[in-house]
Amino acid sequence: MNEPILAVRDLVMRYGNETVLEVDDFSIQRGETITLVGHNGSGKSTLMRILGLLTPPTEGGVWFDGQPVDFRSRRTLALRRRMAGVHQDPLLCRMSVFNNVALGLRFRGVSGREIGKRVDPWLDRFHIAHLRDRPARVISGGEAQRTSLARALVLDPDVLFLDEPFSALDPPTREELLAEFQEILGETSVTTIFTTHDRNEALVMGDRMLVLEAGRIAQLGEPDEIYRRPASEAVARFVGVENRIPGTVVDFSDNRVRVDIGEVEVEVRGSVAPGQSVLLCLRPEDLMLAAAEPVASNATGQMGGQNVLVGTVVRILPSDSSIRVVLDCGVPVVALVTRAAYRKLKLEPGHRAQVSFSATDAHLIPRGSEVPPL
Amino acid sequence: MELIWDGLKHALQLLFEGDPRVLGIAIRSLQLSGLATVISLLIAVPLGTTVALTRFPGRNLLVSLINTGLSLPPVVVGLFVSITLWRSGPLGFLELLYTPTAIVIAQFVICLPVITSLTLAAVQQIDPKLRQQLQSLGASRPQMVGMLLWEARLPMLAAVMAGFGAVISEVGAVMMVGGNILGYTRVLTTATVLETRKGQFDVAIALSLILLLIAFAVTWALTAFQQRGVVR
Repeated sequence: MNEPILAVRDLVMRYGNETVLEVDDFSIQRGETITLVGHNGSGKSTLMRILGLLTPPTEGGVWFDGQPVDFRSRRTLALRRRMAGVHQDPLLCRMSVFNNVALGLRFRGVSGREIGKRVDPWLDRFHIAHLRDRPARVISGGEAQRTSLARALVLDPDVLFLDEPFSALDPPTREELLAEFQEILGETSVTTIFTTHDRNEALVMGDRMLVLEAGRIAQLGEPDEIYRRPASEAVARFVGVENRIPGTVVDFSDNRVRVDIGEVEVEVRGSVAPGQSVLLCLRPEDLMLAAAEPVASNATGQMGGQNVLVGTVVRILPSDSSIRVVLDCGVPVVALVTRAAYRKLKLEPGHRAQVSFSATDAHLIPRGSEVPPL
Repeated sequence: MELIWDGLKHALQLLFEGDPRVLGIAIRSLQLSGLATVISLLIAVPLGTTVALTRFPGRNLLVSLINTGLSLPPVVVGLFVSITLWRSGPLGFLELLYTPTAIVIAQFVICLPVITSLTLAAVQQIDPKLRQQLQSLGASRPQMVGMLLWEARLPMLAAVMAGFGAVISEVGAVMMVGGNILGYTRVLTTATVLETRKGQFDVAIALSLILLLIAFAVTWALTAFQQRGVVR
């Protein structure tokens, strides 16, 4: 295991009497991409500022490249110059595109000739070479964000901070730039810390994902793991687990948990003690939707190793790529089907339908395990 | 009507012939007001920038005081500078009253709050996120402040124009502390007052024309420079 490029320990950030961030231990490996997610006010920006060595924490320490950072020291500027940041708003200065991209190099005292040699390839790389001498204030939003990304990458930083860099762009521009940017990140070995509100960006961009909740780490892990096994209800909600059904564990044996969710019992892979109240988490896309079989009209439960919930169609919500079907199975359940499958099912509100899922598709969150507020 | 017409004719004659008395007064005006503006800039820009970029107890009070300085009556400034420089006043030993230095001091006091206040406003209107962006590109604090002033250069030029405009056209305070001594502390405004009182309207008009011309030329030059930076 190589040394982490950035680490924080026993970090506390207070504004007045209000504690906004408390992180015991968190480190970032050299070359990895971390996505930082959380609601507004979760402490994301504060953590970014501390990691970017822009704001000293109230308590605790930051280590950069194995060395403790002294925020009062003049040497911190030299450390800061091994990093670069891009924000949601491109924040370009009143000068040409070229001069904007050259800004960080000028701050570092790089010579004029060297600046030209380093800036122009990045203008090409981001397809903004034709805007080189244009004033930065007249270019489009997508072009401005390309300029802002080039301005950071031209510095060849060890650590790149991206604060929701694509969220202000319109969807086609965002997708295009995201794809290009991923390719560029793949070519460099820059360590990247990326905040986003977008679940898909978090899933495709990050090697690891850090979920912050009310100033604390709610979960840290691979995005896929967090998507499938969220540690708390808030994380589950954030990563799009729409079905969070409260229940009680009635039996546990052999890595199988039987959960009473009101009218029926379901079987889920896991290990939770009987009597524990839990949230049964089901991703809408993991549910198999079918018309209800007449014999099973009210016999929900398990059939052939699958859990089955039977109910009535309440609402049908089309979205751009799929159809969302809301069922009332005693508890509301949302299932996602393709348009083709939906046409075949011929479902209407009021129809009886069933959803099935395997024991491994469901995830249990023990209740009372929520992150306590700071 | 004849009075005005004759006055104007004679005034133009004085100007084109380059009357040394009139020119001397004009040059002195430019020198003193220019110097007062430059000294004000040296203090007002760092002061305004610091107040704009920092938070400290009593900041609101200080901002209010600076903004009050915008409407500081020049006569009051003249009075206090006079008292301070008076032979028996606290700085009387410097013997500066009725000298060009006294004029520069009074003009500086008038100019300082104008430029400070407008600098403060100019720097404050910049998106605060830009500061963080500049820092995250590796700007040191002086580099960051420099960039913010560069971003605010258009309103900053307006501040310079306002400051210079306020002092070149100032008459009350200048009269009080300078004394309107010919060839020493007589400037365009005080000379105009004197010539008007004497009924020498042609000279007064010539002086006024020069004053207008200077005000226009300075403003025009700064505006041209300012508009160059404006994006279509």
